[in-house]
Amino acid sequence: MKKYTAAAAAIVLAAVTACGADGSDGAGDDGTLTLGFAQVGAESGWRTANTESIQQAAEEAGIDLQFSDAQQKQENQIRSIRSYIQQDVDVIAFSPVVETGWDAVLLEAQRADIPVILTDRAIDSEDDSLYETFLGSDFVEEGRKAGRWLVDNSDGPTNVVELQGTTGAAPAIDRKEGFEEAVSGSSDIEVIATQDGDFTRSGGKEVMEAFLNSHDDIDVVYAHNDDMGLGAIEAIRAAGLEPGEDIRIITVDAVRAGMEALAEGEINFIVECNPLLGEQLMELVEQVAAGEEVTKRIEVEETTFTQEEAEAALPDRQY
Amino acid sequence: MRPRQLLRHHLFWPIAALVLLLVLNTVSNPSFLEIRLQNGQLYGSLVDILRNGAPTLLIAVGMTLVIATRGIDLSVGAVAAIAGAVACTWIASGGSAATAVLLALGACVLLGLWNGFLVSVLGIQPIIATLVLMTAGRGAAMLVTEGQIITVDDPLYHQIGAGFLVLPIAVLVSLGVLVGVALLTRGTALGMLVESVGVNPRASLLAGVRSRTIIWTVYVFAGLCAGVAGLMISSNVNAADANNAGLWIEMDAILAVVIGGTSLAGGRYSLAGTLVGALVIQTLTTTVYSIGVAPNAALVFKAVVVIAVCLLQSPRTSQVFGVRRKAGPRPSRSEEVTAA
Repeated sequence: MKKYTAAAAAIVLAAVTACGADGSDGAGDDGTLTLGFAQVGAESGWRTANTESIQQAAEEAGIDLQFSDAQQKQENQIRSIRSYIQQDVDVIAFSPVVETGWDAVLLEAQRADIPVILTDRAIDSEDDSLYETFLGSDFVEEGRKAGRWLVDNSDGPTNVVELQGTTGAAPAIDRKEGFEEAVSGSSDIEVIATQDGDFTRSGGKEVMEAFLNSHDDIDVVYAHNDDMGLGAIEAIRAAGLEPGEDIRIITVDAVRAGMEALAEGEINFIVECNPLLGEQLMELVEQVAAGEEVTKRIEVEETTFTQEEAEAALPDRQY
Repeated sequence: MRPRQLLRHHLFWPIAALVLLLVLNTVSNPSFLEIRLQNGQLYGSLVDILRNGAPTLLIAVGMTLVIATRGIDLSVGAVAAIAGAVACTWIASGGSAATAVLLALGACVLLGLWNGFLVSVLGIQPIIATLVLMTAGRGAAMLVTEGQIITVDDPLYHQIGAGFLVLPIAVLVSLGVLVGVALLTRGTALGMLVESVGVNPRASLLAGVRSRTIIWTVYVFAGLCAGVAGLMISSNVNAADANNAGLWIEMDAILAVVIGGTSLAGGRYSLAGTLVGALVIQTLTTTVYSIGVAPNAALVFKAVVVIAVCLLQSPRTSQVFGVRRKAGPRPSRSEEVTAA
């Protein structure tokens, strides 16, 4: 009996690790467009919203979507792109897991005459003819928006602590750069400490606790994503201070939990990083499939939220 | 204890590192050691170090016993993620905190049974047996949470990781388990039996020790410790993050055990050492944040400290110290200490 249970458990475990298989249907030639999309994974609420947006927009646009989930691994993503090439889909789109190592597989796509669109993340390649366009957020601009709001909404000396995203990640580098650029004009605003909070709540909380103990003059927290900001809120409250009042908080992303904290007054300002790029992507797919020229860099439409705007936007928020 | 013996004590260098880190922090921020009572709970950097180190300490206690049997458990981080995922999903769907905790810990005991079964009954090498769950477990946690970060708002659940009874509850739990295990294994013959299994399972079996039961039990215990630690981690931030909760905590726990002087070859263990090891690791992390080491240099800073401690602790180095100070007529002394 014990053995059977063990065998059953082994099968379950194997099934857990082995999902993410590629779609097997070939592309039909009945006039409908086929899009092969290789997603990074399902690592966050942001990514899930991104996936749902793409699936929904494809359905609405009448585009046949072949979808695969790479589970954060480049080799999985390359494998699914190869299978899309074999299926001879009309357009391939993907969010690259990492920046480098795409030249070979993209060259294969080019030879097969299949246009490629990058979404959300860029690749690092000298040959930009390998893809048609890159549709994604401008992380530097997101940092600038956060900085500009602070410049407009502070008088007197303001000490900022920064919770960075994972060291080396593109959003972390760019959001830091944009923010510094925007506040550099103001002599009152000073970033007094900056540390890696790893884009997680635990990380944000732990770093913020250390900041609160080593600096007693913190006015503003700038977190590179909502989750770290939510962690910081817990740390601020544990220190006996009022988040949003005693220490103001600015974050980037605008996922639901962050928006709720914003509406409740615990966060002061959120810069949106919009995962809902499905519709824009489908328009691009139709354009490149028709052979139209598109610009190499297209930015996702993004906005910012104050506390009042968050309250108004929350009921219709999809993620 | 004379200075020479003190220097050769296996915990001398880890404790020295700990003191050095605390001094470094105090120099950079004079109020570092300050602890004040705020709303009936202690508040300060030292309290934060203890509280944030509690999950690592708890997992390291379980890991110490596993390693003492010449095993290793790589799956603890994934098990911690599963515990948080199960508990938060249950609470989010309207369940009570108490049931959530029981469910989560039940799941972790099952996972510990699974690991123990692979190692003790099927005889699979521990590093491989637990690797299965290390990779698959995080996937299972993501299945439970459907890939989302589950946020919960339950005051009772929040107590596990962030609550206080003057001291943080998480610290009390971890220290309680540490003391309990110390009393149970060192107060009875159990600790010696665990060590004998680590030295030679077959010989122990022939001598009448139930090797299989002991090995199985330590994996279940490690799973349970990981489960409680997972609850602390998720309750601390009121959320279950299947991707990141307890990520790489198995490495921290193994490091804590090794810094504490427990041999990976099995056969001996030191719970006091594990406590010191866990404190060194957490203090190191807090130091990086407090004294403002640049984030891109943080990992190098940590690595340098860990390497320094391990080098100073190594038998060869202590031999060098022994040889240099060997003035008396007892030449065999240094070998004795390295073997102890």
